Amino acid sequence: MSIADEYRKDFPILQKGDYIYFDNAATTQRPAQVVEAIRDFYENANANPLRGLYDWSVDATERYEAARHAVAQFIGAGEDGEIIFTRNTTESLNLVAYSYGLSHIHEGDEIVLTVMEHHSNMLPWQMVAKKNGARLVYMEPDEEGRITSEEIQNKITDKTKLVAVAQVSNVLGVTNPIREIADRAHAVGAVMVVDGAQSTPHIPVDVKALGADFFAFSGHKLMSPMGIGALYGRMELLEEMPPFLTGGEMIEYVTREDATYAPVPEKFEAGTVNAAGAVGLHAAIDYLQKVGLDRVAEQERLLTKQLMDGMKQMPYIKIYGSPDPDKHCGIVTFTIDGVHPHDTASLLNEDHVCIRAGHHCAQPLMQFLKVGSTARASLYFYNTQEEVSRFLEKLSGIRKVMGYGA
Amino acid sequence: MELKQLYREIVNEHNLRPSHKGDMEHPDLVLEGVNPSCGDDINLQLRIENGIITDGMFNGSGCAISQASVDMMLDQIIGQKQEDAVRLAGKFMGMIKGEPTSEADLEELDESAALQDVSHMPARVKCAVLGWHTMQEMLEHPEKAQH
Repeated sequence: MSIADEYRKDFPILQKGDYIYFDNAATTQRPAQVVEAIRDFYENANANPLRGLYDWSVDATERYEAARHAVAQFIGAGEDGEIIFTRNTTESLNLVAYSYGLSHIHEGDEIVLTVMEHHSNMLPWQMVAKKNGARLVYMEPDEEGRITSEEIQNKITDKTKLVAVAQVSNVLGVTNPIREIADRAHAVGAVMVVDGAQSTPHIPVDVKALGADFFAFSGHKLMSPMGIGALYGRMELLEEMPPFLTGGEMIEYVTREDATYAPVPEKFEAGTVNAAGAVGLHAAIDYLQKVGLDRVAEQERLLTKQLMDGMKQMPYIKIYGSPDPDKHCGIVTFTIDGVHPHDTASLLNEDHVCIRAGHHCAQPLMQFLKVGSTARASLYFYNTQEEVSRFLEKLSGIRKVMGYGA
Repeated sequence: MELKQLYREIVNEHNLRPSHKGDMEHPDLVLEGVNPSCGDDINLQLRIENGIITDGMFNGSGCAISQASVDMMLDQIIGQKQEDAVRLAGKFMGMIKGEPTSEADLEELDESAALQDVSHMPARVKCAVLGWHTMQEMLEHPEKAQH
């Protein structure tokens, strides 16, 4: 039995109608086990965690902290306190930019990014650069989406104070050489920030092996509820950073004029936390580990190869990134000659196929690739070969509907 | 009308063989219209003589619906008084937003009335109105569109 047959039944939304969901890089679907974990939290343990003196609050705190432990184990953090819960990758990266960036990056310093970053790993650094007079430097990929060693050596220099790179590009699907980039960053005394939004759901992550000083990801891209994400930070960095948001739950002692702050991680979790979201994330991590990341990758490779082989039969389709399906992490971005990606996506929607079209929150990459927008099909382990076949059949009919001979 | 039929019967013709695409020499008004979320952008150019739109052209890139919509619009407004074109824009945008549109209005909108079903496709509404919105903006605020 294929992995999709085995686990697809756990996803109620995938049982509805004949929809083909190929927008997994935007958000995944949630299995019943995750929804059940959230329901169980609200029905059996709902209270404000972290400060309760009664059973329900103690239970809520335990479940919240168990989720933190699960995340720490999942991405290889040294200790649970190095995990800060946030809303999503965007908030995690903003936390690093506002708290670490504004206090450590000064006039004349350089921040190195790649041109393929999602806006969420670009705009926070633009903010830091503008406020503090620093300069942004962009590493550019070659034709197949690779950041070369030469590019890393040339762009990361003694002036570099921070390097922020996506582990997997949300457009090209390429996996960036994070360890190599981190080694270079550390050699020049810079910190390494990794955007793990697209990698965490698909490949095993070990923040220490990657050399990440900060690592951000979203729960919703790995089957958790929306509105929960996490930031890993090295403890010694987190300890000396100022808080990002201030208010409830993050204090030690407050007077009319001043306050001292709670230790890490509470210092960075102001206000009532999204405990149910964290519990859902915990359930999703358990679920993903039960499926097995090796089998997830195997299924994605199988489907991506079938998809790209099928697309290559259509000479009017251009695929972006590597020609090797193994280097796409389930993400295949493409254009059809003469057809605007929005028309492609709308026509596929008529056939109950869900894909993304547009700039994918990566406008500088679109400018670099010299395209206005692109279409993107992104797969997950619950997708099937039958779905890919049906998708290819629908795709092959589009140019005709748009008034071309073939 | 379902989407595929709409493309086959109306949109493709204007998208693939537009009558008004290109750049005009010495236009009186020029304005850029953009849908930031999808990256559609058009550059609309009008020539006005004694309050009458005597010629119009567009350039730029976008999806078939945005391109066809602006081409059909120009078919209709060339030869019209400025105020009639603005009035027509109001009717078109009302129709696309799903407001009740009378038979007489649909008749007046002529070929553009074929886009009525876009009102059931929220993701495409912005595409259909881009040209009309830009035209309305340049006629109501000509100071933004002086060439």
